Amino acid sequence: MTYALPAGPRPAPRRQLMMSTGIAAVAGTMLIGGMLSLWLRFRAAAPTRLSSDGVYHIKDWLPADLKMPEVVTNVGILSFIVVCVMVQWAAYAARRGDSKHVVAALGLTLLFGIAILNAQAAIFVQFNVGVASGAYQSMFYAIVGTLTVLVVSGLVFTVASLFKSIGGRATNTDLLNAHALYWYFLAAAYTAVWFVVFVQK
Amino acid sequence: MTTIETHASGTQVHATSSDSALGAFLVGVAAWATTTDHKRIGRLFIGCALLIAIAAAALGAVVGVERITATGYSILNKDSIVQIFSLYRVGLSFGVMLPLLLGVAIAVVPLQVGAKTIAFARSAMFGFWMWLAGLGLAVGSTIANGGPGGGNAKMVDLFLLGMGLAVIGALAAAVSVVTTVLTSRAPGMTLLRVPMSSWSALTGGVALVLTLPVLLGTLVYLYVDHHYGRVAFGGNKGISDWMGWSLTQPQTYVYVAMGVGVLAEIAAVVSGKRQVLRPVLLTGIAVVSVAALGGATQVQHALTWTNTSSSDKVKELIPFLIFNALPLLGVLVVLGVSLLGIAQGKPRLVPAMAPALLGLGMILTGMVGHLVSLFGPAQLAGTVFEEGEFIYVGYGALLIGLAAISYWGPKLWGRVLPSSAVLGISGLAFLGTVLAALPMYIAGFANQPANVVDGFSYSGPQELWNIASATGHALVAVSVLLFILTALRAFTAGEVAGDDPWDAQSLEWSVSSPAPSSNFVSTPSVASAEPLLDIKPAGGQK
Repeated sequence: MTYALPAGPRPAPRRQLMMSTGIAAVAGTMLIGGMLSLWLRFRAAAPTRLSSDGVYHIKDWLPADLKMPEVVTNVGILSFIVVCVMVQWAAYAARRGDSKHVVAALGLTLLFGIAILNAQAAIFVQFNVGVASGAYQSMFYAIVGTLTVLVVSGLVFTVASLFKSIGGRATNTDLLNAHALYWYFLAAAYTAVWFVVFVQK
Repeated sequence: MTTIETHASGTQVHATSSDSALGAFLVGVAAWATTTDHKRIGRLFIGCALLIAIAAAALGAVVGVERITATGYSILNKDSIVQIFSLYRVGLSFGVMLPLLLGVAIAVVPLQVGAKTIAFARSAMFGFWMWLAGLGLAVGSTIANGGPGGGNAKMVDLFLLGMGLAVIGALAAAVSVVTTVLTSRAPGMTLLRVPMSSWSALTGGVALVLTLPVLLGTLVYLYVDHHYGRVAFGGNKGISDWMGWSLTQPQTYVYVAMGVGVLAEIAAVVSGKRQVLRPVLLTGIAVVSVAALGGATQVQHALTWTNTSSSDKVKELIPFLIFNALPLLGVLVVLGVSLLGIAQGKPRLVPAMAPALLGLGMILTGMVGHLVSLFGPAQLAGTVFEEGEFIYVGYGALLIGLAAISYWGPKLWGRVLPSSAVLGISGLAFLGTVLAALPMYIAGFANQPANVVDGFSYSGPQELWNIASATGHALVAVSVLLFILTALRAFTAGEVAGDDPWDAQSLEWSVSSPAPSSNFVSTPSVASAEPLLDIKPAGGQK
């Protein structure tokens, strides 16, 4: 025998994309957080030696010939600030039903996203230390490479959102809110990596 | 043209018939390979996990046989023993525990919460194929002298790559399940009214989302380091050290957390009453997922308690209890409340209750063992006692998976598994689990070392423990094989199931068996945690 339940009212908007993006952002946070924790663990465990004047304890962690391209990394974080404004602009314009502004904001997001990717590439080029030279180098390339992959996934999200907006779905607030959330997560992840890996090293 | 078709020769007709059969077969394969029906995706996960379970148990039996004499190698190769143990752990963790219970969740959760489909069905399908391909690469590369401790550097790289893909696949599927529970519930179904197995799928899924990315990050480090310099993580020998936490307790609790609610779900149906102490049960199930904290920290929080002050003992005790004892408390709550509900009701026979109860009991035994092994004065670190814990948890999850297939089989296949077969196979698998694991607990106290098969000797019936363990693994392999054969027969030509064969309480039993492709014609409305009891005569009380 089949028991027929009464049909319910039309379900409220599900915001599935927003929810799943939030979950993905949590997963990404654990990914970067886990990698940074291993980074800190290795850095803390690095052997120490006395400086030549016998005054300071120096950790043997950084390569001797390291030249961190700090200007490029700072440009990266500034670009992320701009991107965060752009994605919020897109979400705001979508709520107002302003498709032209949505497309413009997403286009600018894409532009600055590519600039971030370019900055990442510049970091690899200017870093100029072999990946096989030591623990620091190996871990540096692993964590910055992972961050680069995450930025690429953000760009793919932006391109998909842009195409959908151009195709007539510019007022899809769930899509653009989720898109904004993902870039906020990327900005937070980049900031954490910037502080631990690029600044504190 | 018309004439030729009308007067086709027998040969031509035969060829056409075989072509169409082949075509239908290919279309069928393509339909399964690209399916977005959550029930099919779930069944793909379940089927693959059961096949891997046979292989893993057989491998466990081979290791057990090799340990009987402990004087040399008759079947295995000394150089590959690290890889053999890794293969067993990877197979049971990522090939059985995780995909079996994830597959059950994918197949059942949308039906339970009143959704027409799973959220991001393509993501779940992508997750299955990525998991399968990744696990295949990991296993294949280990066999080809890769994996932890492997001698072929390219195969070691491939193992790490495969594990990474498997983790991404499992994550994609877990995100689909979690999103479904959070966003696709029927009107009126608050989170407090979610069925117990869907609740455990939610909490277990969240635990996976919190821990698997940490493993992924470790795998990225290991891959880059191994592929280029081998300067930071110890090369091939260091892989077990750095990713070993993902193949042991408490991380294995995270893999089984999705299945903890299965017992509570079935127990309520067995009792014939509404769930008693529902908020307590929800809390108990959620508490099991606290194991995610222990997994994500990548450290075993042990109690050494030797030559330490009282304050140091307390400092050790707090993380020990949080990371290891809380999940145990959760399982105790689930068991206790489920049995209390049965005691207060009028119990009736639902065959799936047996494997569900035995499975959770086995997981509980593994958890208790883990607590004991982490207690420093017991001196069990590095012994086979820890292997016993792993076996209890792994095969316990397998038993819960068998329970879930038996219980929801009618809704997924439209037919019922014979009760006698379910009870008999469950008993055999339970016996196998106890035989495989309990001797390891005993041998652990005799200091039999873990992860080796020779070069140890201790007073006591050393051979007996290892013969018993090998027999237990073999029994588990046989019982899973018997289950698959029984299921194949029953689900294709067995007794046709009614729409509600267990007189159950949750939404999935309100649709026809097997469930239609879009689950519900119209979105049902829910007014309580047991919606079917609201519309059954006398509230379903018998």
